[in-house]
Parts: sequence; C-alpha cells; structure tokens
Amino acid sequence: MLTRQLTQWMRHVFTATLISLCAALPNVVQAQATEVSFFYPVAVGGPITKLIDAFAADFEKENPTIKIKPIYSGTYQESIVKALTAMKSGEPPVLSVLLSTDMFTLIDEEAIVDWTSLAKTPEEQQWLKSFYPAFMENSQTGGKTWGIPFQRSTIVMYWNKELFKEAGLDPNKAPANWTEMLNYAKKLTRRDAAGNVTQWGVQIPSSGFPYWLFQGLTTPNNVVLMNKEGNKTYFDHPNVIEALQYWVDLSQKHKVMAPGVIEWGTTPRDFFERKVAIMWTTTGNLTNVKNNAKFDFGVAMLPASKRAGSPTGGGNFYLFKKSTPAQQQAALKFVKWITSPERAAQWGIDTGYVAVRPDAFDTLTMRKYAAGFPPAAVARDQLQYSVAELSTHENQRVTKALNDGLQAALTGTKKPDQAMKDAQREAERILRPYRK
Amino acid sequence: MTNNARQHIHAWLLLLPAAVLLAAFTHYPAVATIWHSFFSTPKGARAAVWVGLDNYLTLIEDPVFWQVLVNNVWFALGTIPLSIVLAFVMALWVNGKIVGRGFLRMAFFTPTVLPMIAVANIWLFFYTPGYGLLEQFTVGFLGLPSHNWLGSQSTALISLMVVTIWKEAGFFMIFYLAALQAIPPVLAEAAAIEGASRTQYLLRVVIPLLMPTTLFVLVNAVINAFRLVDHIVVMTRGGPDNASALLLYYIYDVGFKFWDSAYAATLTVVLLILLGLAALFQFLVLERRTHYQ
Repeated sequence: MLTRQLTQWMRHVFTATLISLCAALPNVVQAQATEVSFFYPVAVGGPITKLIDAFAADFEKENPTIKIKPIYSGTYQESIVKALTAMKSGEPPVLSVLLSTDMFTLIDEEAIVDWTSLAKTPEEQQWLKSFYPAFMENSQTGGKTWGIPFQRSTIVMYWNKELFKEAGLDPNKAPANWTEMLNYAKKLTRRDAAGNVTQWGVQIPSSGFPYWLFQGLTTPNNVVLMNKEGNKTYFDHPNVIEALQYWVDLSQKHKVMAPGVIEWGTTPRDFFERKVAIMWTTTGNLTNVKNNAKFDFGVAMLPASKRAGSPTGGGNFYLFKKSTPAQQQAALKFVKWITSPERAAQWGIDTGYVAVRPDAFDTLTMRKYAAGFPPAAVARDQLQYSVAELSTHENQRVTKALNDGLQAALTGTKKPDQAMKDAQREAERILRPYRK
Repeated sequence: MTNNARQHIHAWLLLLPAAVLLAAFTHYPAVATIWHSFFSTPKGARAAVWVGLDNYLTLIEDPVFWQVLVNNVWFALGTIPLSIVLAFVMALWVNGKIVGRGFLRMAFFTPTVLPMIAVANIWLFFYTPGYGLLEQFTVGFLGLPSHNWLGSQSTALISLMVVTIWKEAGFFMIFYLAALQAIPPVLAEAAAIEGASRTQYLLRVVIPLLMPTTLFVLVNAVINAFRLVDHIVVMTRGGPDNASALLLYYIYDVGFKFWDSAYAATLTVVLLILLGLAALFQFLVLERRTHYQ
C-alpha cells in the first residue's frame, strides 16, 4: 500500500519536472534568437506575401540567431493604424514598412528611431548613402535618416500605341511636354455622331490622393509644394496655380479628359478598354498593364513644362523605438540584407516597384530584364528629375486640405486660384504651431 | 440570510455577466469618449491636458464638420424611408403565392449577405463612366450623355445612397416577411366577410399590425444611416471635396489619419447625442402610437 502511494508520488514529481523542463526549453532557445516582428502592407497586385515570406526564410537560414516574423498588415493606411495603436498599447512591431510621407507623423508621435545613430560602422554609414537621392528626400529630415527606401514607386505615363496609329500619330513617340500632350490628346479624343465622347485623349486620376498626381504637374512647372522641415507649404505659388489651371483646362476647356473626379482604381481598366489613350499612373501598375493590355503600349516619363519631373511615392522601413538594442541591431542587419543590390533588383522585377539603389540596375538579373522589357528602365531614368512626395507635420490633414481644393477645382465648384488659396490658408493654420 | 436577500443576490449574480459586458463595451467607452473630448490630444511625450470646451469651439468653426453633418442628414432622409417602403413592398410580393417565390426571396436577400467592401467594388465598376453597367444603359440604350456619377459633387452622395438602399431593403424585408406570416389568417377571412376591399384590409389591418416591426426596422435604419460607411472608403473616400463624406467617415479620418484623438472624441460625442435623440424620439413618441398584439 505504502509502496504504491510512493510510486504514485514519484510519478507526480517526475511529470512535474518534465513539464517545467519543457516549458523552460523555448525560453532557452528564445534567449539565443532575437525575434524581429515586421509589419508590411500590400498595395499592388501579385504574390507579395509569398515574396516577403521567402525573403524572411532565406535571411533566417543565413542568420540562425535572428528570427524574422513578417506580419501582413493590410493597406498602407491599415498598417499605420495597426502600428501606432499597437505602440500606444505598448507592443509595437520592431520593424514596419509604412508610407515614406508618414515620417513626420511617426517622429511627432516619438514612435521611431533614426537609422543614422544606429549605423555605427563605416560600412553601415556607406550603406545609408547607397540609395537614390530622390528616394532619400522623403526619408531624411534634420540631418538624420529615418526611413530606408524599400517599396518605392513614381508616376509614369502609359500610352496605347494602336490608338496613336489610328489618330495618325507616331506610335513610338510619347508627348514630351505639356503643349504636345494637349495637342496629342485633342487628336486622340473621339466623339460619336451625337457628340458623346467614345474615347478620351488623356486621363490623370484624381480620387483619393489627387495631390500625388498633381505633383506630376507642379514638379515640371518648377515648384515644390513644401519645405524640407515639413512645416511650410506653397500651395498658392503662381506656378502651382498655373499647373492646376492646365489640369482643369484639359477637361473643362479643351474637353480631352473626362470631367469631374476620375477614379484612381478604374483608370487602368479604362486604359485596357481603350476608353483612354494616355493614362498617368504608378510604376507599380507596370506588371498589371503588361499582363492585361491587349495592345502594344509604351511607357514614358511625364511630359515636361519648365523642366522634367515627377514625385516619388511608396513605403520605407521604419524602426520602432520600443525595441531592445539587440532587436534594433538584428533589424538593421535584416534591412541591410533585403536592400542589397541583388535583392533590390529581384524585388523590383517581381513587383514593378523601382529598385531603390543605382547598383541594383547594374546587376546581371536587372540588366537582362531591362533589355527584354525596356519600360522597366523608364522609372529609373526619371529618378534624376524626381522630387519628394508631399509630406509635412500633420501630414494627412495638410494633404486633405490640398486634396479638397484640387477636387473642388476639378469639379468646377472653385476657380483654381481660389481653391489653392483656400488650401494654403488651411495648411498655414495647421502648420503654424510647428514653426517655433 | 433571509430568503428575500438571497433571491436578490441570486438575481444580481445571474445578471452579472451581461452587466459586466455592457459596462465594459458600451458604457465605459461612451463615458471615456465624453471625458477625452475635454482634453487635448496626447502626442509623443506631451501628455493630454485639460482644454475645457476648446474642442467643441473648433467643431463649431469646422466647415467640414457642418458639411458632413448636412450630408448625413440628407443621407438618412434619402435612405431610410425608401429602403423601408421597398422592403415592405418586396415582402408583400414574396409573401403571395407566386411561382419562383423562393428564388425571388433569395434574390432580394442576397445583397444583405454579401460583404459591403466586395459589394462596393462591384458598384464602383457599375458607376464607371463610359463602359460601366449603368452607362451602358443610360448612354447606350437611352442615348443620354455620359456622366461621371461618383466624380461629380451633385451625384456622388446620391450614388452612395442607391447602394445603401439596395443593401438595406433586402435585410428589412426579412423582418416584414416574418411579421406578415405571423398575422393570423382569421383576420383576412373576417375582413372578407365584412366586405373589406384588399386596400382597406392592407391599410386598416396589415399596416397597423406591422407597426412594431416598422418601429424595429426604423431604429435599425436610423442607426445604419450613421453607421454604414464601408462603401465610402472604397467608392469615393468622401470626395469630391467632401461631397460624399458622412459623420462616421470623418471621425475615422480625424482619428486614424490625422491622429487627433481628442477631436475625434468630440465628433463622436455629437454622433452619440444624435443617436440618443433619435432613440428617445422613437421610444417615447412612436412607441405610444404602436399597437402591440
């Protein structure tokens, strides 16, 4: 009887030890591996999640002490909501890809740390300088680098070569400046017997984030919309108003672009359906157009006015403050790894994003790809003329002031100069506290 | 312990789970929202400070707030009566003995089960100028000039209202259908013996008997008029120039795009008051005129 009780007791002790051992085991492993959680949004078509997972797995194979945990976090907007609310409740991701324009917002929330102070070795310092300067404009302020370019894009012009031929235009020559674009568009706009338009000459979408497309007009018109400190805007500059007048005139005066606000999301479809001969959209749509256009198409830089130019766009890597030094070092290692020339090239080819550094275009993979598909190089060639996307303190609020003004002008409820003066007044009101 | 006290404790214990949930997810957030609306937005190291009625003064001077409020009133006036009437007519129709009744019921109810985001993406292409389904009819068949439905200030909100009515009517129809089937057939027989016409029967018997359902549907419709904003995100994002922005959509903008949580709380207080007033009106005024069987 006693022996049986004793055996039972021993068995209990044994199980308990085993359980506590098992529980302790992952802790031992965890203490060795640094875990880096990583939020990333998906904003274009294609198997992005698979690509990211593959990158993470490859990196872990080379660095067994680091564990990368990629978390798909929805659209850009959903991602920043998730990252910032997670931070406010105490557990932000270590690393996140968020819009480059959210830099000031993230700094003001004291959510992120800069990469400059983290990159200590000369090699790491050199790495910070390896990206296209156009992409760094949205990634630096106050002499520090806060974002590392990753999924970056820019606006380009796509044209339907067949429709050009039908209109008696050279199908291999895109309009090079504003006057040419207007003249081409006049020839490309078709009306039926009743006077209804069956095919528009040109289309610059204006729903959602018209300010970005508008920068494709203001930049060539030789004006920037904000200062580097992100606390002053120039929405009522004469060149800005002139650019808006050109945009508005395309539909209201010359009637070569559809009236009202044009939906961003359906613009590629309008192009595929031959409802429009020239469209402006992101380079991120390149793969989409390549797969879906049933006709020969061309890709060109945006037409010039006083100069050539286009804004950049897309997302950067940000490092969150609430992380351990070990996690920050691990994140640095991962970001350096994923932005290496070879991987930047591969990422660009797979997604349509612009490879973020010049030496990525010298890699064998990229050279081969660009030789077979020349449009891939257009975005790169345009980068030397590119400027930062509109980004200020209270970014989305200031942006909304401009968006509202642009849409009011495009729908004809306000004159361009009035719309821009109103937008500037609102932006001033918002930004004044940031200019101490 | 007396028997009475024990009964009380028992009752409270039974109520406790529901009370805790209600307090944690309904009452606490509402009170916290009102409380936060009197503070500034905390940012980084700067904590929130008491600002009194500052947020409310901002609100009064905010033109966008007034515009979304007016938009929302039009949205409510346009969607609530129409979707209720449509729901009622559809319910009467599919309650009758007609061929293909099951199919018809399913067709009416389908919009309700589809997720709003998916639906909005489909409608986005319906409204596309040029080759969208709507334009194929109005331009291709009727020969009307093409129109940018979602991209014009005059039609953006109306276009969204149509989607809402389409989505809501089928849902409300189910309630009316259930209520219609609960009306005892003896009433119809009695009315027939008395020589009442179909119209009289409908006006004097059916509609009064459906009043409790109408009240229920009305409460839901009012809440939905302020709650349904999913399709705005997909179809217009409030544009052009706030022409199709509603109050809740603006609250989202302020809260999660501008990160101005204090002002978002202030706007939410307005929403709370509006919904509270609507509920009071419905329960104090309309309920008295409602006949429960």
